Amino acid sequence: MSISEQTTTQPLTDDAQGMSYLNRLPRRIVVLYLPLAVFVFVLLFPFYWMAITAVKPNSQLTDYSNYSPFWVVQPTLDHIKYLLFETSYPGWLWNTLVVAVCATVLSLAASVFAAYAIERVRFSGSRPVGLLIFLAYLVPPSILFIPLAVIVFKFGMYDSKLALIFTYPTFLIPFCTWLLMGYFRSIPFELEESALVDGASRWQILIRIILPLAVPGLISAGIFAFTLSWNEFIYALTFIQSSENKTVPVGVLTELVRGDVFEWGSLMAGALFGSLPVVILYSFFVDYYVSSMTGAVKE
Amino acid sequence: MTMTSTAKQPSAFGNIARSNTAVGLFFMLPAAVFLLCFLTYPLGLGVWLGFTDATIGRDGIFIGLENYQALARDSVFWMAVYNTVFYTLIASILKFGFGLWLALILNEHLPFKSFFRAIILLPWVVPTVLSALAFWWIYDAQFSIISWSLMQLGWIDGPINFLGDPNNARASVIAANVWRGIPFVAISLLAGLQTIPQSLHEAASLDGATGWQRFRFITLPMLTPIIAVVMTFSVLFTFTDFQLIYVLTKGGPVNATHLMATLSFQRGIPGGQLGEGAAIAVAMIPFLLASILFSFFGLQRRKWQQGGQD
Repeated sequence: MSISEQTTTQPLTDDAQGMSYLNRLPRRIVVLYLPLAVFVFVLLFPFYWMAITAVKPNSQLTDYSNYSPFWVVQPTLDHIKYLLFETSYPGWLWNTLVVAVCATVLSLAASVFAAYAIERVRFSGSRPVGLLIFLAYLVPPSILFIPLAVIVFKFGMYDSKLALIFTYPTFLIPFCTWLLMGYFRSIPFELEESALVDGASRWQILIRIILPLAVPGLISAGIFAFTLSWNEFIYALTFIQSSENKTVPVGVLTELVRGDVFEWGSLMAGALFGSLPVVILYSFFVDYYVSSMTGAVKE
Repeated sequence: MTMTSTAKQPSAFGNIARSNTAVGLFFMLPAAVFLLCFLTYPLGLGVWLGFTDATIGRDGIFIGLENYQALARDSVFWMAVYNTVFYTLIASILKFGFGLWLALILNEHLPFKSFFRAIILLPWVVPTVLSALAFWWIYDAQFSIISWSLMQLGWIDGPINFLGDPNNARASVIAANVWRGIPFVAISLLAGLQTIPQSLHEAASLDGATGWQRFRFITLPMLTPIIAVVMTFSVLFTFTDFQLIYVLTKGGPVNATHLMATLSFQRGIPGGQLGEGAAIAVAMIPFLLASILFSFFGLQRRKWQQGGQD
C-alpha cells in the first residue's frame, strides 16, 4: 500500500513549509516549542530515571535530603555487576533473543507465502481469507492465554522455549501477512505477467521477482515482529515456570522483585538492559519501524 | 520443477500445480496450520472451557452457564468490568487528545523534526513491563520523585500514596497507560496529517478562515477516517491491557484496579480455576466485537473518502 499510496498523494503535497512562515517567533515559542519540550520531557523522563537509578549507589538512592535525586555523585556499576554475575539475567537475555529470532523467522516465512497467495495468486476465496487474517490480528493474547496454556500442556511443551516459539506466531503471522500484503500490492502486475509468459512457475516468481522487490517490507515486518516478541509478556508469564527458561520481562518481574525490600538499583538496571536491544535495533531502522506501524493502521 | 519439464509434460500434477486454487492453498498451508492450531482452536477451546469447571490438572465437565451465573453474582467481577470500561474510556480520550496535539506540533516546520519523531516513539518501543517497572519506582509510596518534587515546590505536605489508595491507583495506572499510548496515536495521526495538502489550508486562509476554522473544517474531516482506525486499535489494546496493571498493582488495593484480563489471569492461572478464568476472558469478546465492527466501518469510509474502489 505504502508505495502506491505515496505515488498517488505525491502531487498533492506541495511546499513542505506551508504557511508556517506567517507565525512570528514569540508565538511559535508558546504554541510549538514549549508544548513540545513538555511532551519530550514527560515521555523521556522515565528512561532518564531508570538510567540514573541503575548507577546510583544504594546510599544515595533514598537519601533525598543530602543528595539531589536528579543527579548522581559517585556513579557505581555494582547494580549492573550484581545483575550480570549473580542472577540468571544473561540467561534470560539469551532466551528472549532465541525466542524472538525463531518466532520472527517462522512467522516471516509463513507470512510471505500467505501474503503472496492472498494478494497475487488470487485463489477462489482469497478475499475472505485476507479479511480473516485481519480479524486474527485483532484477537488479543489476553483472551487466548488460558486455552493456549491447556494446549501447550497437552503438547508437552509447557515450560520450554518451544511453547513461546510456537505461540508467538499467533499474533505475528496476522500482522506480518497484513503488512506484506500491502507491499506485494504495490509491486506491478506486469513484472509477474512477463515472467509467467516466459514460463516461470509461481515459486520462481515469488523467490526471484517478488521477494527481492519486497525487501523493505520484509525488513519492516521483521523488525516489528522481533520487537513484539521481545516485549511479549502474558504468554511467557503463563507458559514458563523454571527460572532458566524465563524471558527478560518475566524474569525481571518475578525473580528480581522479592519480599518487601526492593533492589531498585538492579531492578532498574535490568529494565534498562532489557530495553536496550530493541532501542538499538529501533534506532537503526526508525523509518522501517514507523512505516510498519502506520502501514498496519493505514490499510 | 524446471521450466522446460512443465512445458513439455502436461501431466496431472502439472494441471493441479497450475490451478490457482491449489497453488494458493499450498502457499497458505504453513500460516493456516499455525493459525488453526494456535489461534482458532484455542479461541473455540476458550469458549468451551468457559462452560466447564476445569481446573489445572483436571479436565472439567460441562456445567452449562454456572460460571457465568457465578460471575453475575460476583462483585469483584463487576468491579473489574466497571474498571475496564472506565480505564479504556478515560485513557483513550486522553491518548487521543494528547496524541492529536503532539501530531499537530510535529506536523509544523521544526528543526530536528525527524530526531524528535524518533525519540517520541521510544515509550512505545520499549517493553511495557520494563517501563512499567520504572513507573513503579516513580510511584513508590515513600521515595516517589513526583511526591518529592511537589513537596519541594510546597504544593503538598506529605508523599502521595500513588498505588495504595483505590482512586489514586486508578489515576496512576491510567497515567502510565496514556504515557505509553501517546506515541502510537501521535505518530499514526502524523502520517495521516502529512497526506493533507497544504494548498487547502492556503486557499482557506485566502478566504479568511481562522486557524481554528482551518483545523475544524479541513484538518479534522480529512483526518476522521484515520482517527477512527487508530482509536479502534487503541481502544482494543487498552481494553485487553494486562501488563501495566499486573506490574503496578496486581489488581490491588483490594481488587480496586483489576481489569478483566488481570482478573481472568488471577482466577485462571495462580487460582487454578481455568473454567472461571476462561469465562471472564469470553466476557470480553462482545466488547471487542463491537470495536471490530466499528473499525470495519471506519475502514470502508476511508476508501470511499479517498475516491478508491470498494
